[in-house]
Amino acid sequence: MEAAADPVPGLRRTRRALDRLGDRGLFGLTGVAAVLALLVVAAIVWQVVDKAWPAIDHYNVAFLWHNQWNPVPGREVYGARNYIIGTVVTSFGALLIAAPLSIAIGLFLSELAPPAIRGPIGSLVDMLAAVPSVVIGLWGILVLLPILHNDVEPWLHSVLGWTPFFGAPQPAGVFPAMLVLALMATPITSSICRELFVSVPRELEEAAIALGATRWEMVKGVVLPSVRGGVVAGIILGFGRALGEAIAVTQVIGNGVPIHLSIFKPGTTLASQLANQYSSDVSPLFISSLIYLALILLTITFGANLVAQRIVHRFERQRMA
Amino acid sequence: MIDAGSLRATGRGRRRLRVNRVAELTAIGAAGVAIAVLAVLVGSVFIRALPALNLDLFIKGPTIDAFGQASGGIAPAIIGSLILVLIAAVISVPIGVLTAIFVSEFASRRVAHQIKLWLDVLNGFPSIVIGIFVYALAIKTKVPLLGIGHHQSAWAGGFALSIIMLPLVSRTTMEVLGLLPNSLREASYALGVSKWRTVIGVVLPSAVGGIVTGTTLAVARAAGETAPLLFTCSYASQAVSWNPSQPVSSLPFTIFTDYEQPSLHAQAWAAAFVLIAFVLVTSLSARALLDRSRRKLGQVQ
Repeated sequence: MEAAADPVPGLRRTRRALDRLGDRGLFGLTGVAAVLALLVVAAIVWQVVDKAWPAIDHYNVAFLWHNQWNPVPGREVYGARNYIIGTVVTSFGALLIAAPLSIAIGLFLSELAPPAIRGPIGSLVDMLAAVPSVVIGLWGILVLLPILHNDVEPWLHSVLGWTPFFGAPQPAGVFPAMLVLALMATPITSSICRELFVSVPRELEEAAIALGATRWEMVKGVVLPSVRGGVVAGIILGFGRALGEAIAVTQVIGNGVPIHLSIFKPGTTLASQLANQYSSDVSPLFISSLIYLALILLTITFGANLVAQRIVHRFERQRMA
Repeated sequence: MIDAGSLRATGRGRRRLRVNRVAELTAIGAAGVAIAVLAVLVGSVFIRALPALNLDLFIKGPTIDAFGQASGGIAPAIIGSLILVLIAAVISVPIGVLTAIFVSEFASRRVAHQIKLWLDVLNGFPSIVIGIFVYALAIKTKVPLLGIGHHQSAWAGGFALSIIMLPLVSRTTMEVLGLLPNSLREASYALGVSKWRTVIGVVLPSAVGGIVTGTTLAVARAAGETAPLLFTCSYASQAVSWNPSQPVSSLPFTIFTDYEQPSLHAQAWAAAFVLIAFVLVTSLSARALLDRSRRKLGQVQ
């Protein structure tokens, strides 16, 4: 097979050199892109910490439990307590509504629904996640709020008014914010739940049914226990979405301090305060304190997401083993 | 002979069946609630936007007369949104796709895991914080060359949106590249083709569906984001502006500010309608595309 040797002398060598260059070039190019993507994360954290520094320096951690936000020049005092509590309360409220709803939707889509409608209904639920938050907020303020104010809140007040949490009905408040957040968290959590429930081995489910369990007993005894960790992670991811939502919340929550026990009264959250103050520029300390709020928000959501990722990762490894 | 009555559950058995029935109905009800909310949401946007939908809406800017009566359309917001999303896509798609190629073709498993993890973390960052980041970076710091700095601009807004898009583009592309059977790559190597030619000639063409899907999903998400624009490009203009070194109006920001003024409600609903129609159509078609490329790549294996 002598004839197969180099038809064009030198071609092989130049090609090999070109290939080596191309391989290195592609590695370098894609590597730089990956480093850039990771740098964005680092840059966000760095910039937020850096620009919040004057406020951190000024207030230290006491900022976390100071309850005043007073931008009047000369009497400037800033503190994050109301916003932190507001964020945690609204997100937990949303979680209380969204978690059972999402698990039920996940169960419906994986165990109950006839196969033909699973796909369409699943994508409809996912569509909810695609609706922009500002549209949900607009709908919330112009459609949902009047209904809640006139019908739902008076009823809740008459039934549960003896507790401090369901006071006199008000047009905008924490309760509508919880509903709106639940609406936004539900598609995230329910699609994770559905995938988890579908992943439970069929033999296990069928074994339970063969032993005479009803469908609910099968779900309670087999499906839920075997994916418990994943469901918790899904709920935390939905919670993380609720924590960081600014626009829809600021539209319906009423943006009022101080905080009240009644969930019908106006409230405020870290994210909604940021969205609400975007056009104010009172003083460097004011801006820095706003960014301090952003830093707190970033830390909370970061923590929640990291915990969820951890659980998912551990869960996947367990699955594979 | 079997007594038909003895087959009917009694006592404990009946209670178990009843509990089961209640659980089933709850699950059906929950799915019903979610669908109903979506229907009511889209329906009420559509019904309220209907009176304002005409040609003027798409070609004219908003005007308010001396009596506070609003007329005109949302053309500046539509054009502004297009500019912002275009800037965002031009920045995020190359970086996102190249990152995905790095993860699927070059990175070790540990590095790949770390990159995926941090992209997911970035995806979880509150979008308002990303707006504040760009505000701190690009508006408080001057870059005279591009007209960036000192004031808000479409560059800054588009940059903020590109950070929202980046993890979505990258993760979707990664998923599709991961579905690509290794036998294709190996066939190419076996023919003596180098790695970079394999990537350009084999991997990328097969993954093009995934890249398009990821970009479309990310565009749908970015088009609806308001929070990153508040600190970077919050401006309601009456005239169409094509200059990216100046702030431009956008659909989400128009909706966000218009609801405060009752005479602008019709325009807010119309803008919401345009936005929701755009977002739902793009994300639905992206989903269909993703399903298709999943099926197609599944068949090759």
